Amino acid sequence: MLQSDYTTSQLDVLEAEAIHIMREVAAEFERPCLLFSGGKDSIVMLRIAEKAFWPAPIPFPLMHVDTGHNFSDVIEFRDRRVAELNARLVVASVQSSIDAGRVVEETGRRASRNRLQTTTLLDAIEEHEFDAVFGGARRDEEKARAKERVFSFRDDFGQWDPKNQRPELWNLYNARIRKGEHIRVFPLSNWTELDIWDYIRREGIEIPSIYFAHTRKVFERDGMLLADDDVVNRDEEELVFETVVRYRTVGDMTCTGAVQSNAATVEEIIAEIAATRITERGATRADDRTSEAAMEDRKKEGYF
Amino acid sequence: MDILRFATAGSVDDGKSTLIGRLLFDSKAIFEDQLEAVERTSRDRGTEYTDLSLLTDGLRAEREQGITIDVAYRYFATPKRKFIIADTPGHIQYTRNMVTGASTADLAIVLIDARKGVVEQSRRHAFLTTLLRVPHLVLAVNKMDLVDYSQERFEEIREEFTSFAAKLNVSDLTFIPISALHGDNVVSRSENMPWYQGTSLLHHLEHLHIASDRNLVDVRFPVQYVIRPQRATDPAFHDYRGYAGQVAGGVLKPGDEVMHLPSGLTTRVAAIDTFDGPLEEAFAPMSVTLRLEDDIDISRGDMICRPNNQPQVAQDLDAMVCWMSDNMKLGPRSKLVIKHTTRTARALVRDLHYRLDVNTLHRDESAPALGLNEIGRVSLRVTQPLFVDDYARNRLTGGFILIDEATNGTVGAGMIVDAR
Repeated sequence: MLQSDYTTSQLDVLEAEAIHIMREVAAEFERPCLLFSGGKDSIVMLRIAEKAFWPAPIPFPLMHVDTGHNFSDVIEFRDRRVAELNARLVVASVQSSIDAGRVVEETGRRASRNRLQTTTLLDAIEEHEFDAVFGGARRDEEKARAKERVFSFRDDFGQWDPKNQRPELWNLYNARIRKGEHIRVFPLSNWTELDIWDYIRREGIEIPSIYFAHTRKVFERDGMLLADDDVVNRDEEELVFETVVRYRTVGDMTCTGAVQSNAATVEEIIAEIAATRITERGATRADDRTSEAAMEDRKKEGYF
Repeated sequence: MDILRFATAGSVDDGKSTLIGRLLFDSKAIFEDQLEAVERTSRDRGTEYTDLSLLTDGLRAEREQGITIDVAYRYFATPKRKFIIADTPGHIQYTRNMVTGASTADLAIVLIDARKGVVEQSRRHAFLTTLLRVPHLVLAVNKMDLVDYSQERFEEIREEFTSFAAKLNVSDLTFIPISALHGDNVVSRSENMPWYQGTSLLHHLEHLHIASDRNLVDVRFPVQYVIRPQRATDPAFHDYRGYAGQVAGGVLKPGDEVMHLPSGLTTRVAAIDTFDGPLEEAFAPMSVTLRLEDDIDISRGDMICRPNNQPQVAQDLDAMVCWMSDNMKLGPRSKLVIKHTTRTARALVRDLHYRLDVNTLHRDESAPALGLNEIGRVSLRVTQPLFVDDYARNRLTGGFILIDEATNGTVGAGMIVDAR
């Protein structure tokens, strides 16, 4: 880590910044929680939380918003990691929100529970009285996220107001809120997709198997490869075929596409990403394709 | 590979978006789907060229109005370095956003249109850069293609700006003649300006030495969080007590004699702990956990320093404040929350000495208050002692934010110039 001329590598700078942010939250909020989906960004975030408080355990619970349409090996990975850390996991279930009549299941070919997650997430934040919620979002992912603060204020309704954000200077974060409001905190704001993978390699962190090349039954929609699964509605003309793919992002099966790839190791994934000409959300997320401001609109409602 | 954070200020007219677009494009940080989206939007709007500002202007309101409202962060990397760009709006009504972007920047690029020369806006940007103590300033004289790549014109601008900069505290100033549109001197040296002996802009960004910009002299460790494992699985950690924080200055080593503030008690560093094992030294911006040899009552907001090199312990501060609130003004008797390092207190404004005209640097001593985007020198009385340095000496122990207790909004940014 150390060099005689006091330079610090980019991963060390990013890690130090993220640790500082986590400790700031632990010191200033009463009931933080960390969103953990089993995806690569939240896996990195969890490792940073481990580092920030070592040798003490992570001083807040984890939360997963489960659409019920997640990849099974990601859920297994999630539970294994939680057990290893002896952490507390809150699972907020979209199915329960549907059963309780809080949201209505979408129908049709493009039915997805992606948007329904917002209600489930906000209900859980309210129920558990969480005042700070860590998310693994990065500014390089999407243009609305490029504008978002590290400490991002949410009002009583969980809404983000992009035109009225608190200025954020130096490493001083404003943690003041009223009861019922909360702050979304993004410790990985300044990381890029490549930084995440470089860090996974450097730290030797385990990730779910679907990130690596595997044979899968898929069908094509809008230039994306969606998994053939009971929860993904499909037309007869959308033909299923078997090919070698991997996932670049991990989300709900109904809106997360796979990419054709033979990358079977972290090193091969890094080489692939360094050469790619398409962003990860552009390649794999149907939810961002509905309009130019799709992410901004969902974030205003309280999305991740 | 290390990181360089730089801020750019300006409007579309200066060619700022074109410059950023070119840096991102030539370093392959713009992706095909992003470019397609920008091309599609440009076409839909009837723009004849691909408007690269659509890449950075991420909010709906910004795209609708065709202006940059807020700071956008962009990322690119070359084999030499990773870069974080804080792309800030240039207009005077967005001074607070430029101040925000400059607060963490290692370098700032101020763009000048070669045809217009040094204008009010360039002077304001340069002033804000030096107020925020951005260590390196690059004057990019853009649109050289429109003045026939004239050395004479470039030298005129250089002389005019140099005489203005003499009034500012600029530590490192570099002039580079460029054409962002044609790529002259952006990534590689231009053949159109053989008279220019310097490096290209990207070469300058890649090779600038920034490690020594940090304060490696004055040990400053604001205590952020106390780590006491309550249910440690390993009995070895049962009595563990560590002080977690991010080093704000100096170099700490095990065995060093250190002083705790506010108590003034001295002890030694027993160990510098991290998850990955103990360290032999720690310096900014590392996040570490210190263990000390003696049991001292230490909590968040306290400071660890060296006995022979202490910050000021002060309740009376003089600071340059940039006011950021659009619904209240800052004047004598204003009461606010102040957050400085890891310590939060309340502050009372005792005096507003002057308001600074950021265009002319004229000091208006009769100003009754500071409004949105205005900058002035104020005296504050704080309810509990802060451990401060002059901002010029250390940006992390010399900067603070002001918070409005009624709205909880961040309404001011301060840079300490004097403390008692």
